[in-house]
Amino acid sequence: MTLFPRVTSPHGHAPQRTDQVMLRVLLATLPGLVALTWNFGWGTLINIVLASATATACEAGVMALRKRPVRFYLSDLSALVTAVLLGLALPPLAPWWLVLMGVAFAIVIAKQFYGGLGYNPFNPAMVGYVVLLISFPIEMTTWITPRELLPEGVSLPGLWQSLQLVLPLPAPTDLAVDAFTGATPLDSFKHNTGLLTEQFYQQTPLFSEAELAGFGWEWVNLGFLAGGGWLLYQRIFTWHAPAAMLAAITLLSGIFYDGGSSTSAGSPLMHLLSGATMLGAFFIITDPVTSATSNLGRLIYGAGIGILVFVIRVWGNYPDAVAFAVLLMNFAAPLIDNYTVPRTYGHARAKRATVKKD
Amino acid sequence: MRKIWDIPGGIHPPENKKQSVDQSIGALPLPDRLVLPLNQHIGAPARPVVKPGDRVLKGQVVAEPHGIVSAGVHASTSGVVESISLHPVPHPSAMSSNCIIVRPDGEDRWIEHQGIADYGSRDPQQLLDIIRLSGIAGLGGAGFPASVKLGPRQPIDTLIINGTECEPYITADDMLMRERPGEIVAGIRILAHILGNPANILIGIEDNKPEAYDALEAALASNSSEGSDIELVDFPTKYPSGGEKQLIQILTGKEVPSGKLPAELGIVCHNVGTTQAIYRAIVLGEPLISRITTVTGQSCAINRNYDVLLGTPVRHLLANNGFDADSCPRLIMGGPMMGFTLENPEVPVIKTTNCILAPSREEMPPAPLPQPCIRCGMCAEACPASLLPQQLFWYAQSENFDRLEAHNLFDCIECGACAYVCPSNIPLVQYYRAAKGEIRTLKQEKIKADHSRQRFEFHKERLERAEAEKAAKREARRRATESARARGAEDDSGITASVATSTEASSTAATSPEAKAPEAGTSAAKATVEDIIMAAKARAEARKASPEQRRAALERGIEAARHRLDSTRQKLADGEADNLGEASLDKLRAAVEDARVKLADAEGKLAKLDLPDSNDSDPADSSRDTGSAERVAKKLGDSPRQQLQGKIAAINNRIAVTEQKLAELTDAATLDALRSGLDKQRQKLAEAQQQLSALPVDTAPAPVESPVQDAAAAAITRAREKAARLAQMSPEEKLRSNLDSLVSRLDKARARLATAIAENADHVETLRTTVVNLESKVREAETKLAQGDH
Ligand code: SF4
Ligand code: SF4
Repeated sequence: MTLFPRVTSPHGHAPQRTDQVMLRVLLATLPGLVALTWNFGWGTLINIVLASATATACEAGVMALRKRPVRFYLSDLSALVTAVLLGLALPPLAPWWLVLMGVAFAIVIAKQFYGGLGYNPFNPAMVGYVVLLISFPIEMTTWITPRELLPEGVSLPGLWQSLQLVLPLPAPTDLAVDAFTGATPLDSFKHNTGLLTEQFYQQTPLFSEAELAGFGWEWVNLGFLAGGGWLLYQRIFTWHAPAAMLAAITLLSGIFYDGGSSTSAGSPLMHLLSGATMLGAFFIITDPVTSATSNLGRLIYGAGIGILVFVIRVWGNYPDAVAFAVLLMNFAAPLIDNYTVPRTYGHARAKRATVKKD
Repeated sequence: MRKIWDIPGGIHPPENKKQSVDQSIGALPLPDRLVLPLNQHIGAPARPVVKPGDRVLKGQVVAEPHGIVSAGVHASTSGVVESISLHPVPHPSAMSSNCIIVRPDGEDRWIEHQGIADYGSRDPQQLLDIIRLSGIAGLGGAGFPASVKLGPRQPIDTLIINGTECEPYITADDMLMRERPGEIVAGIRILAHILGNPANILIGIEDNKPEAYDALEAALASNSSEGSDIELVDFPTKYPSGGEKQLIQILTGKEVPSGKLPAELGIVCHNVGTTQAIYRAIVLGEPLISRITTVTGQSCAINRNYDVLLGTPVRHLLANNGFDADSCPRLIMGGPMMGFTLENPEVPVIKTTNCILAPSREEMPPAPLPQPCIRCGMCAEACPASLLPQQLFWYAQSENFDRLEAHNLFDCIECGACAYVCPSNIPLVQYYRAAKGEIRTLKQEKIKADHSRQRFEFHKERLERAEAEKAAKREARRRATESARARGAEDDSGITASVATSTEASSTAATSPEAKAPEAGTSAAKATVEDIIMAAKARAEARKASPEQRRAALERGIEAARHRLDSTRQKLADGEADNLGEASLDKLRAAVEDARVKLADAEGKLAKLDLPDSNDSDPADSSRDTGSAERVAKKLGDSPRQQLQGKIAAINNRIAVTEQKLAELTDAATLDALRSGLDKQRQKLAEAQQQLSALPVDTAPAPVESPVQDAAAAAITRAREKAARLAQMSPEEKLRSNLDSLVSRLDKARARLATAIAENADHVETLRTTVVNLESKVREAETKLAQGDH
């Protein structure tokens, strides 16, 4: 007599798979990536290719060392997501070793040392970023001037020239690197001394030429916003953390705009559409592994990041602060989780995760 | 329009209901035999009232409800009782249990039966009795005896009829509502009468069943003369709206408090199938002998609903629907979300069988390997109970039971929505089931421990009273001993006592710790302590005596032990001749063994004494002797905890010795005796350990030399405790607890296996073997249990 196998319920499964989730995250970075490449040249693309190769190699190496099936674990695409996010965050035309080092640190130390996907308490891409920022501040803060703000006669390096700059190849002879590097809007705003905000915005081409805030950067941020919106629509993550982060930044910058005085903290639009705000809000803090768990928890988590970003940008030593803010809130996430367990069906009120019953 | 509430979470799996509603409810040819499990419901199994060879008629009672929460079983056609024996029954564990097997005679002849047309004038209790005797248990899936649910202690103001049927594939209730709405409505009126006409009577239907809605609406309209206030409510389709708690929330906005019944909210909820069955039982006098079951899935050529006689083997059902076993990767009873797989198609259709799902491979491919949890939270978005499935999973993996309970694991309804959406394909529900089983086992153990602590405390109180009474006597005896000791410490009797009791010294000293513990303020008790110390000192003195004296003492001890052994042996022989009960014989055997051990002990000592290097100059030996008084003094000064620890160590020792012997022996009688002796020791051990655990912590100063128990030792102790517990249980309890623990181990092992497979760990094979072994053990235990059931 044939016996049928014993299998536990449920016997069906939604078509969604982890690798598809990751793939959609990758796809959603495209608008931002296009905006970055349009404004700053080939650098970001090269970053991403280098980072992806490094990440894949590192992940495969560690998996082999841990005697796990390499292909199975690579197929979840999580290493690729880390690589792409870090590649997007690093300055274009950063030297190859910078990318390699950051990605290797992110994958090997920040992710695999903690047990791999799902077990890492800190966002690997941000760990990699912060390690680089602290170790190589010069390389990490050398940005490119947006294509259309370049002085007459200067253009962004082409693909081959970019490769020459990034890889250990002989430097291109016909290129003055200083001509196309420059500060980011947040950077230049930080160094504003004494001017009224309005005056500063008018005198700085990065702002005066812009439609909304920060020439070039506004499109990059809008690109990430669009990609993030699509992910939200796809229910890859919930709105709680990004909305809370953006709301916190808007609120704080509104309060401290200070009517645009010379000590103003800058306009809300500048804070929302410059730097890594949108990349952070939709691609970094939504990393589910390292964020808080419940919806309420994610509201708190996102708001915390928004506040920290603003505080560090305005009163701290760094022009941008998404990476630091994210790592700090990663620390806090387990604590937030303990106090934000949702109220379960049939219970009068929510419990703390730490209560003990006997 | 009534206000509808939404439930959190929920999912929309493909419905797959269309394929089985094209044809009307069909009937099947009689199967060649009917298998009627005694336990088709939640609660105590019914008791058979027929025996093999009996002729039974359709509708005849073959097993009566036993206890309050139980339901009867009826022959679903006429025929002959073939046997009452173990048979595979529908159960997730593929267990077998006792079934009445009936061979149909083909006549399908009804027993005399009569309904009650004017139920409205009858006492509800009378109707409840009929429902109970008619064997009606929740047909929606849970199988809770309907009469129990209908007799709540609280007043009921809302009666909810569940026509939701939210599981994909199943259309049994849908077809019932389409084709027999009149019976359902009539049934609802009976329920309303029994419940004292509650103010709100609602029928809840998902909006994917418009035909059923219309049919019921028409039935209600044509029936409105009877004073109708039955409200038909439809609401958006979403899984799991049909869960009782969820439906109550949708229709009333109220939540059933955790761990409570809906009746506490004044709500009673019944499935449409149950309602119809109640109608037939009351008005037509027909007990529950058939139900509507959906047969569906791509491995069946025909997808259709049938009015199936209870007890019909699933094989028969499938055979009549063009079932292709080769294309079917798993056979499911129930729906794809909460149904369980059937190993053996011989299992019968029972009262709760709403669907037999025989999918094809394309329809339900084997689950892909689980990937790591990325904490994406999709599971939490899907959970209708607002739990955090990812946290439950995390803590289930790490067996953090406190956290699991803090995250309300027990409010999980195992709906499977979380596992359905999990992109990493983690079998979440399996982890929750395993963890729940484990926590339940732990809790039961704790309850048992609490009971024995109470017993222990009573015992202690009694002892204390007795102690006070004895105090005066002791005082007198102390004086006598002192004067005697003054006359000479080398009194022969003292030496004998010392030898004969040497093996017991530690245990007797600690038998009742509180009896010997220094009791502040009671000089009498203090005197007792001194008394004992003195005696110990005297014994130590005695041990210092010359080898000759010691040998003489030992020989006397051996003599005494031998004598005791002989006399117990004699008693045992007498007992055997007198055909004493096995229990008393066991006791005697244990006594014999005890005596034998003591004799061996004494002989061993003597032999040691004979060894050339074993004399007074042996420093270890002498220090042991001189130290003995101090030891006793120390022991008495010790806290009760330390005393108990000492006692436990001693018992452990003895157990080890006996076990050693047990291993060496082959003679069956002695083996038995040894075993029972061993059991006794283990029992003592367990008692001591319970006492120890019962001691308030503050009586224990920092543990002086608490041994660092390694994991192995701990495991051994646990096993021993368990053995001791088992010894105190009835065989049935033993089996059951054994089964429980096996099942929980199995679940755990399965979960481990899943993890191991996911991680491609080396020990997958080992784990797999473990799982297979455990499975067969569970089956064995279940079989045994079932055999013992009646
Ligand atoms: S859905 Fe699966 S992967 Fe996502 S958090 Fe829940 S358990 Fe983890
Ligand atoms: S199985 Fe339990 S945890 Fe999962 S969705 Fe259902 S109720 Fe929530």
